[in-house]
This record gives sequence, structure tokens and C-alpha cells, in this order.
Amino acid sequence: MDPFINGLRAFWGVWVMVFFCGIVLWAYWPKNKATIESYGRIPLKDDENEER
Amino acid sequence: MTQATTALGAKEATPYVDDVIQKFVIAATFWGIVGFLVGDYIAWQMAFPVLNLDLEWFSFGRLRPVHTSAVIFAFGGNVLFATSFFVVQRTSRASLFGGAAFGNFIFWGYQLFIVLAASGYVLGITQGKEYAEPEWYTDLWLTVVWVSYLVAFVGTLYKRKEPHIYVANWFFLAMIITIAMLHLGNNLAVPTAIFGGTWWRSYEVYAGVQDALTQWWYGHNAVGFFLTAGFLGIMYYFVPKRAERPVYSYRLSIVHFWALIFLYIWAGPHHLHYTALPDWAQTLGMTFSVMLWMPSWGGMINGLMTLSGAWDKLRTDPVIRFLVTSVAFYGMATFEGPMMSIKAVNSLSHYTDWGIGHVHSGALGWVAFVSFGALYYLVPVLWKRKQLYSMRLVSYHFWVATIGIVLYITSMWISGIMQGLMWRAYDSMGFLQYSFVESVAAMHPYYIIRATGGVLFLTGGLIMAYNFYRTIRGDVRTEAPYEAPATVIARS
Repeated sequence: MDPFINGLRAFWGVWVMVFFCGIVLWAYWPKNKATIESYGRIPLKDDENEER
Repeated sequence: MTQATTALGAKEATPYVDDVIQKFVIAATFWGIVGFLVGDYIAWQMAFPVLNLDLEWFSFGRLRPVHTSAVIFAFGGNVLFATSFFVVQRTSRASLFGGAAFGNFIFWGYQLFIVLAASGYVLGITQGKEYAEPEWYTDLWLTVVWVSYLVAFVGTLYKRKEPHIYVANWFFLAMIITIAMLHLGNNLAVPTAIFGGTWWRSYEVYAGVQDALTQWWYGHNAVGFFLTAGFLGIMYYFVPKRAERPVYSYRLSIVHFWALIFLYIWAGPHHLHYTALPDWAQTLGMTFSVMLWMPSWGGMINGLMTLSGAWDKLRTDPVIRFLVTSVAFYGMATFEGPMMSIKAVNSLSHYTDWGIGHVHSGALGWVAFVSFGALYYLVPVLWKRKQLYSMRLVSYHFWVATIGIVLYITSMWISGIMQGLMWRAYDSMGFLQYSFVESVAAMHPYYIIRATGGVLFLTGGLIMAYNFYRTIRGDVRTEAPYEAPATVIARS
């Protein structure tokens, strides 16, 4: 394989870490707060006649 | 058969496939009691070895995998099927992919797997790999059932009307995929018949330390993904649902999910400290185990804080008490686990009863309690009853089981630490101070305490089964509301 690609592959742990940091940034980006937190209501919008 | 129910917010009714979930709930209750019973029986065997009746089928070595498989795969597995099918249909607002027929195939296929596995153990047919004891033919059958489960789950997600996939489903899906990978990776075996032996035995393709590392990559991730990720899926649906408020922080749940997924898969080598496994691999396993503190406690805080502003429900709703206590036990067990994975601590704790105590604070306190909470929620909903037969019985179950767990884990702490200290004690001449059998004799009283705790936990399970039976029959016990608000008491 291309030695350049192989060089990048050697640092896979770093790339996974960068990917994870990206997820954290996205999740906690202030503009995304309202959208993401609204997903928390999904279970509460279930069928009302099954509620106990 | 499907039952049409009206989905709020949806234009038309979503017909949920619920009767297969009813079957999984009944199976979970049944296998739970079987598993607790066998576990307690072998706990008494540890105190009184005569209970093995001098028969090979009752020996500890054969009954122990019956206990572990019954509680993990039969009880826990059926709970996971029931809850994941319930949650994925509700939060997707779509009926189960493949319908009731496919669901029933998965149900009966999984029960056949359980019976094949357990009957094999009693007759002495085992691979001898912890939590992966079933032989190759049972493994192949489980693969068929498990892939069907994956198809049904993903198919339902694919049909969803809700644009976002709710976080509980992420945990369930991670569990299904990872268990498939672990199961296939750890069970690569060739029947001995090919080499002139029997069809009932097999050779693993790995040998020596490779086999050990593969086994504990499997074993620890069975804990991490089956007993943790799957049951976190339960937490993320049933705690908000029962508390009637959204999860404390959905953003934290996203970080919780990805951190857990990225870290857990590396923790297995901590089961092989001070063995032939290379030192760097042991240290790697320890490091990732310690890092797991963060997602575990993040998840625990998320579950507990969901109750914030509604803490009074702990007093008035025993079902919430089960769910919240389970999350507290989750926090405790996931504090203890990383601590025990530190090599210096592990040199004391490994191979002792401390490990058994740790596993049970997670298995009884977290996995079983969150399951009980979910089952108590599900039974009236699935059978369309107004309420459970008796909330007081739920409360009795809670207290009896909690006292049982406390007896179990405290006796195993004392017994385990004592055992570890006795094994490493030297006298002034440099000789080992105790023979092995002296440590066994010293553990006797703690084995009796532990087995007594097990009786209490089993009793709680029987109370639950009775409560379900009466609820399904449609009975309601005449009893005062579980706890009257303080103001009402003051006035009367």
C-alpha cells in the first residue's frame, strides 16, 4: 500500500480520539442544544392509552 | 397477532407486535427463578459439599455453568429481547419487522438454544470456556437466532416514522452487533470428529495465551455489551418513562454511548494479570478499565439525575425504587471494577471471592434490579391491566432482594479479602503461613451468609412471579395506597 496511507494508519489511535472529540464537540455545541435535548422527549410521546 | 393501538402524534394507529414480548416476559420470569435457584443451590454446595449428592450431574463444575448461563443468557437475554422489541417499536412508532411470525421464530429459537446449552452442561458437554460453554452445534444455532434478532431490530429501525433513533436503541444495537462479533470470534472451533473423535467435542482454533486473551476479550465484553450496554438501553427508556420526565441530559447520553463503546472493548486483559500474557497487554487492559470510570459514572449520573425534581417517587413508587437503586448499584459496581483491575489491587483480589462478590453486585444490583423494574412496568402495559396486582408486594420484593444482595456482597468482601491475605501471608522463616485448606475452612461461615442472601433474592423473585400471575389474571389486591402523602396523614 501507499507508504503515506500506511503512515496515517499507524496513528489510528489518534484518529479515533479525534473522531471522539468531534462527537463531544458536536454534542455540546451550544447551537445544537435545543435540537439534541428535544430527542429526550421521544419516549414520552408514546401511546397515551398505555400509560400507567 | 398484532394489537392496534393509537400512537399519539401519529396520523394513524401503529399496530405493535406485543404478544411475542409477552412470551419473552414470561420466559424471563421463569428462567430468572431457575437461575437464582440453581445459583443458590451451588452456593449451599460451597458450604456443604455433601449437597452434590455424589452424582456427576449435580457436581459444582456442571451446575455452575447452568447457573451462569441461566441468569445471564436465559433471564438477562429474555429481558433484553422483551425490552428491546418493546422500546424499538415504541420509539420508532413502527411495528416489528417480520411481524409476529418472525418474532415467534426468534423466541422459540432462543429457548431451544437455552435448553440445548443447559442440558449439555448437566451431561458434561462443554467447551470449558467461561460464559461460552456451549459446544459448536449450539453455537451455530445461536448464530442463526442472533442474526434473525439483528434483522428484526434493524428492520424495525429502518421502518421508523420517528426521524431520530432514540439513544436506548443505540445501546441495544451496539449490544446485538458486538455480541455477534464476540460469539463468532471466541467460538471458532472444529468438531473432534474430523480428527477421528466424537461429534460432541471440539478443538478451539487458538491455543495457549492466544486462546486465553480471545476468551477474555469475549468474556469481559459479554459483561460490557450484554450486561451493560443492553441494560443501559433499558435504563434510558424505562427510567424516563416511569419517572415521566425526559432523561437528565440527552447530550450526555450521546457522549456516554460513544465513550463506552470506544473504551469497553479493550478492558478484557485485566482478567489475565500476572499470567503468560505480555505485560504491555495487561497494562493496556488495566488502563482502559480505569478510563471506563468516566463513561460509567457519566451514565450513572444521567440516570439518577433524571429523577431530579421527582425524588418523592422513590418513596411512593416501588418500581422507580428498583430502577433507581439499580443505577446506584451500577455506579458502585463500576467503581469497584476498575479499582480491582489495577494490578496491585488485582494481586490481592484475583481468584478470590471478592471477584464473585463484585460480579454479583453488578449482576444482582444492576442487571437484575433494572430488569425487575422494567418487567414490573411491562406486565400491566402488555396485558392491558390498569395496574399491578399489588404495589406492596413490589416493595416487599425490593427489600427482601436488597437485604439479600447486601448479605451476599458484604460476606464475599470479607471472605475474599481474607482469602487473598491468607494466600500471601509468610511467616518469619519465609514459608507460606497457611495451607490452602485452612483458607477454605476460614470461608465456611461466609459461604453460609452468602447462600442465605441468595435465599432472600430467590424469595423476591418468587414474590414477583406471584404478582405477575395475579396481575395477568386481572386481580387487584385490596390495599391502602402504597404511601399516603404526609399532609393526608397529618389531617386524619
